[in-house]
This record gives sequence, C-alpha cells and structure tokens, in this order.
Amino acid sequence: MAKHHVATTINGDPVEYLCDTEQTLLDVLRDNLQLTGSKEGCASGDCGACSVTIDGRLVCACLVLGVEADGCEVGTIEGIAEGDSLHPLQQHFLQDAALQCGICTPGFIVAAKSLLERNPNPTETEMRYWLAGNLCRCTGYDKIITAVTNAASELRGE
Amino acid sequence: MGKEEQFDTATQSVEASGYKVVGTRPIRPDGIEKVTGRANFGADCNLPGMLVGRIIRSPHAHARIVSINTDKALALAGVKAVVTSADFPEIGPKARGAGEAPVSFRDMSRNIMARDKALYDGHAVAAVAATTAAIADQAAALIEVEYEVLPHVLDAREAMKPDAPLLHDDLFTKGLDPKPETPSNVSQRFEFGIGDTAAGFAAADVIVEHDFTTQCVHQGYIETHACVANTTEDGMSTVWASSQGQFMVRNYSATVCGMDITKVRVMPAEIGGGFGGKTTVYLEPVAIMLSKKAGKPVKIVMNREDVFRATGPTSGGHAHAKIGAKKDGTITAGELTMEYEAGAFPGSPVQFGCMTGYAPYDIENVKAVGFDVVVNRPKVAAYRAPGAPVAAFAVESALDELAKKLGMDPIALREKNAATEGTQAAYGPKFQRIGYLETLQAAKNHPHYSAPLGPNQGRGVASGFWFNIGGESSAAMHVNEDGTVEVVTANPDIGGSRASMGIMAAEVLGIDVSQVKPLIADTASSAYSMLTGGSRVTFAVGKAVCEAADDVVVQLRERAAKVWDVDIEAVEWKDGAAINTKSDSGESLSLKAIANTAGKTGGPISGKANINATGAGPGFGTHICDIEVDPETGRSSVVRYTAIQDVGTAIHPSYVEGQLQGGAVQGIGWALNEEYIYDDKGCLQNGGFLDYRVPVASDLPMIDTVLVEVPNPGHRFGVRGVGEVPIIPPLAAVANAVAAAADVRMTDLPISPPKLLAAIDGAK
Repeated sequence: MAKHHVATTINGDPVEYLCDTEQTLLDVLRDNLQLTGSKEGCASGDCGACSVTIDGRLVCACLVLGVEADGCEVGTIEGIAEGDSLHPLQQHFLQDAALQCGICTPGFIVAAKSLLERNPNPTETEMRYWLAGNLCRCTGYDKIITAVTNAASELRGE
Repeated sequence: MGKEEQFDTATQSVEASGYKVVGTRPIRPDGIEKVTGRANFGADCNLPGMLVGRIIRSPHAHARIVSINTDKALALAGVKAVVTSADFPEIGPKARGAGEAPVSFRDMSRNIMARDKALYDGHAVAAVAATTAAIADQAAALIEVEYEVLPHVLDAREAMKPDAPLLHDDLFTKGLDPKPETPSNVSQRFEFGIGDTAAGFAAADVIVEHDFTTQCVHQGYIETHACVANTTEDGMSTVWASSQGQFMVRNYSATVCGMDITKVRVMPAEIGGGFGGKTTVYLEPVAIMLSKKAGKPVKIVMNREDVFRATGPTSGGHAHAKIGAKKDGTITAGELTMEYEAGAFPGSPVQFGCMTGYAPYDIENVKAVGFDVVVNRPKVAAYRAPGAPVAAFAVESALDELAKKLGMDPIALREKNAATEGTQAAYGPKFQRIGYLETLQAAKNHPHYSAPLGPNQGRGVASGFWFNIGGESSAAMHVNEDGTVEVVTANPDIGGSRASMGIMAAEVLGIDVSQVKPLIADTASSAYSMLTGGSRVTFAVGKAVCEAADDVVVQLRERAAKVWDVDIEAVEWKDGAAINTKSDSGESLSLKAIANTAGKTGGPISGKANINATGAGPGFGTHICDIEVDPETGRSSVVRYTAIQDVGTAIHPSYVEGQLQGGAVQGIGWALNEEYIYDDKGCLQNGGFLDYRVPVASDLPMIDTVLVEVPNPGHRFGVRGVGEVPIIPPLAAVANAVAAAADVRMTDLPISPPKLLAAIDGAK
C-alpha cells in the first residue's frame, strides 16, 4: 500500500514525512526522523517513556498513528531546551539527581512540563497523579518529585 | 530526619573526613545527554542498510519441537535470513563462564534458541531478518513450527514430586549422597549451617515457625533488550548493545556463536535499567548469526511482552522459617528451608538465599537448606541481591512474630542478636567491621519510629544483608595538554557511576571534578572488566580508578622532578600540584603546568590499573514502613517509608540515596503488587505493564533515607557496595506493617487486596 504524506510541525519546525498506515507516531519519530529521544518502553501506553505533546495535549506517541499528526504541532524532548539553555525541569532533574539510568527521563520531562503549563503550583499529590502514567524503575520517584517541585518554584519566579 | 538535615549530615561528614570531592554532589557528567534525549540507548543505534530482526517464540509451556519449516518465510520478498538452533554450535555441558555465579554455556545456548524442546511460553525457536519491520513480522508468521505439547509444571514443590513432568532427562540432583540414579527437576541441594539446631530449639523458651510463598517477579527495567550486530565477510562482528557488561556480551556471544573472542567487538550503549536482568545475553548471538547469514547489519529490539515472557525474572518459591529464642530475646536456633524456581534451566539464587537469611544475626545454631528446581518458566536472571529478598521475607517476618510473642520491641530483638565485627557468619566468614548495629540504632532514633500512627495504620521494620563483591576491573587515565583528565573504564553506567569514577579520580589527583571526564570504553579499547553487578562498580572499578590516578601522580612527580632536576622522592603531590621539598620558596608545578609541557619532559602522560579487587565490604540495611490498610477493599498503601543503610562512604550521596529509594520501591512492588500470572496451559497472562503493575508515582510517599557511614577497611575511601541491600528488607517490612495494621500475618506474596481482604475476613 502506498505511504501517506504527512505535513506537520515538530518542535516549531515544519516537517514532512511519508509513513505506512500502521506506523505509530513513535515509530515515525524514532525510525523515520531519527528523533530517538522519545523511548519505547511498552508500546501499549503504560509506561510514558514516549510522552510527547500534540497541539499541547500530552499523549503517548506509541498510541498515536503517524498519519494522525498531519496538520498538528508535535512537541518532543528534543524541543524542550532552548538553544544551549536547558529548561528549568532539565536543570533540576540534573541538580536533584532525578535520574539514574535515564531511559524514562525524556518522558518525565515532557509530562512534567505539560503539568506545569496547566498548573504552575501543583501539590505533591497532584504531581504524583499527573506523573502516574510515567514509569520509573530506578528512583522510586522521590527525587523526580523533588526536581519537579523545585522547577515549578523556579518557573514561578520564587 | 528531613531531607535538608540529611544533606547537611553528608556535607558535615565530608568536612570531617578531610575529603575535598568525595561526598559532594556534582552534576553527573552524562546528565545533559540524558535530560535532552540525546543519549543513545540500545534501541537508538542505526546503521545504513540495517535489517530488522524478529524472534519467533514458543506458544507452549513445554513442547517437543517436531519440525521447523522456514521455506515460506525465506521465499517472502525482503527476507534476508532465518536462523534456528541448527545454525548455532552444539555446546557441551562442561563449558562454564566465570562471573558472579558460574554460567553454563550449554544452557545459555539452549535458552537463546531452543533445541529439541521448548521449555516455557516465549522460548525462542527461530529468528528472521528482513528489510522492514512489517516484512519481518509477516515472515515470522510464515515460519511453521510443529510442536508436540507436553505436560508442564510451574511450581517448585509440584516440580519436586516424583511424578512431575520432567524438563531435562539428564538432570541429576547435585549435593545428595548417594548420588541419585534417576533424573529429576531438582538440580541441586545446598546446605549451610553452624552448631546444632535441634539442641538450639531444645534450649528455646519460644519457637515461631511459618511457611512462606512468593511469586516470580521481573526486574522491570523500562528499556527493553536491544542490539545491533554487524558481521562482515572477514568474520568480525561489531555489536552495539545495552547490557550490564560489554565484555560479558562479547565473551558470552562469541562462545554461543562458536567464534574467537577477538572476532566480536562490543560497543556499550547507555543502559536503560538492568537490576541484574542484563547480566546475560538473549539477542546478541542471534543478531550476530542473522547478520552473518544476511551480510548486513541486523537490529533486534524486544517488545515488552517478550521481555516478560523470556527474560529476567527472579525466582518465586517457598520458604519455611523456624526460629527459637530465650525469654530475654537471645536467639538459640534458626532454620530455613527453601525451594526456588530456577525457570527452565538450573541456576536459581537459592544458594544466596540460604547464605543471607540469617547473616545479620549472631546465632550459635543455624541450618539453611535450599533446593534449586527447574520449572516451565523463563530461566531466571539476577535481580538485585539475587535470592536474598525471599529469604529475608521469611526470616524477618518470623522475627516480627517472635518479637510479638516475647513482648519485645522488634528493633530491640534485632539489636540483641545483631552480628558485629568478629561474628562468625553461618555461611562461612567472620565479619570484619560492619555497620548493622548502627543501622538499628539509627532506626530506633529516627523520628519515624516514634511518630504516631493513624487509624488502620501499622508500622513494620525489617533488615537485610548482602555480600557485595569486587572482581576483575580496569581503568585508564589520560592527561590532556590543558590539564583535563579522561578516566576510561569499561563498565556501563547504570545509575550514576561515571559521577563516582570522576569524583574518586579528582580526589586522588587533587583537582576539580569538572576537569575530569569519565568515559566508558568498548571491548577493543580497554582491558577486561567484569560486568556491572554484585554492587561492585563503585567499590572495585573505583579502586582501579584510584590506582590509575596513583600511577598518573607518580608520573607527574617524575616530570616535575625532571624540571627541577631533583630526585622524585623530593617531590610531593598535594592539592593537584607537585611541590619541590628541596626548594625554600615552596616551588610548585600544577597538574596543568606539567601537562602543558609533557612533550618536553618525556611525552604523553597516562596511567592505568588492572586489578582483581578484593576487600569488598558487606552491606546491611534496616527499613521502617508504615502501611494503611483499607478494611473495605484490602488495599495496602505505604504512607511513610525510611530506608537506613550502612553505605561505607557515600562517594556521591545523591546517587547513594537514589539506590536506597529505588531498591526500596522495587521491594514494595514485590510485596504488594507484582507477580507472574499463568493460565492453566502455562502461558503468561500478564506480560505487560498494565497487568504486571510496578509501583507508580501515585502509589508512594517520599522515601526517606539515612546513610550510615561505617567505612569499609578494604577501600581507601571506605566504599561499600550499596545497590543491592535496599531491595532485601522491604518485603518483610511491608508484611510486618500489614500485620500491625490489620492483625493478620501475610505469608504469601504479593499482599494483593483480595488476598488481604480474605485474610482479614478469615480472622474475624
């Protein structure tokens, strides 16, 4: 079957690609566009390692088809830092040692950024429920919660 | 103790120790790559012309493979190669590999690609490589395997029965006298002990005895197994793989494929979690063989279901603990009998369970017996302190019951019997300086231990012990002309070890940690180093790094001596500079200055150390857990948790705390949620993160930590391994807290809501 032509915007830049009907957005990002920062941990929407935004909405890229991104704005981990300056979430993940192996980190940062855009001052419980779709097997989440708390505080200008 | 106080404590200990870098918390050198998505993990490697590999797996728990027909798959356009066990050399039973636990290459080969029989649901039987993923999937479906389904067995005690289905007709139980004449599913019987337990129980005033059951659980690393192999016409194969040891991948893959070790070069990818589960190979030899046949690079990435079906897990099994004590709490005897499920091939960690169960205690009479039992489940792999958590679940739960019967505080009971320096451990050695008692004291004094509890809440404590290991390790250090230093080691960074290597190098060299760049080399660019496991890297590879730095310092002093025209003995190294002790003005040359002129004083400066590290210090931990039980649903929630551990010296305290927190949470998952569930045909029913539920952020509170620092005399900075101990206490800490909250003793893990509800209803 012929491939589909998709015109989309990824991290602010116009991007066109050809994809098969059954290819997920995650496959397209990783295999067609070499944007390998989004990770596949489960391919079933259970681990959040492929968290991206589509028109500002947080989704698992493994549950979205590549063709569905047509005409949309896609945000991935590769677009979080601005030039050579890290986003406060990235900075606090480093300062607070919120990663061990680092495979879940891109998903957590994308998901946490999405939370803070909606709720700049979340409680610990709100953070924990928002991030419940992102699995981390290394940290026990403690330092991730600390990093998000500190990044939120910095983003609020405190 | 709050987080900030904890931070201050660590900072103070740095000042008290006199270290300048050890004990500080610099940002990890590989951090930016990992928060920006640039870091390359196993599945992120791509080569031009690369094919996609797929593994075809048995849908049966136990079946004879009658035939495999690959004709239709090979005829499909885009299919470049198919392999089955016929493509791999037959390996004899005597081929064994060194490592934390010796491995059988015959079993490894047969686990990677089934020969004659499929031994579990998910056992690989064939593999295909094609130009696209879609074609590879199509081809996989075209491979015709004819099976003769055989009866299966999943449970250790069932598999030990004389009429149980037999997995291997050449397996005769080792460790029995006389040697058995008929094969069975019991691969080995282990026994460790001291004294006379019968006499010990006769002297006891109180005896507790319980039978415990646990289920098979998976390491649950978020990164699935992945590799790329490129085998070329000269017979060389380059492999990019995520693993716990590039040399392990090289040696195991070469052996399984019947190649010389030098024909395989392994490039280490970043590793997305391992916890022991990536200390063996599954895909790499298959990718090497597919690539050899196809003449192109082949990438294989496992999907999550196959990770659950065919990798990991650690043993479920049974444990029976019996403990006797005097009225004053002195333990007079302890017995432990355990049967662990090894999976389809021998090699459960039951031996380690036997050795560790009573290790925290100074008991005169101990007997531990273990049975390693093969069943139709995936062959187990190491999982953080392999074997110890289940043993500790039994012993530490029984101790909780004992404390209750004696009317003693559970920490006081442990203090009374705690192993200390000089205690003869039942498994063999006499302990040197250890910090178990200190963890108990820290637990007793922690505000958590005396904090009030709410309704339906209970508090539990439990302890754990792990050996920790050293082993063969290498490090090289290159001094650049601008005074920066590369530290090259060959162990994957699984949780921040680059940061620890950099800190230790900077401390010995006396320079700022920002001037040190830790790197991880491939197998052709470094001397051999044993895999990342056994909590050995910061200790053993760290020792090699320190010695490589010593080597560099000697050379720097030599160069300075040459400049000053003095004897090297007259040159001291202090704070990153050579000092001329013969000079009245205190003449000095910084590392940077010496590096800058190295060309004129003898050429490049680099150091190395290749060692077999000994002197690993055992680790002990004590955890406090508060559980709230919902009496309506039987759901247990962890409401407060504190992990206390003797960590020797924390090189980078944040990553040490992280080990304690992560290990504790894996243990909490083991206690409350996680288990392999099979149907009546022996097929795994919950091979995904939706149904195999690891703890998520909303399940948990913050995990408080206390780093007790009793330096290990076997390391210049006092390092003890820290990664494994934290998963040992939680199973019992949770169960003991549930017992306190709901007044029922749960002896069967996981303590899932329906199970607990039934127990509560049964107790009414």
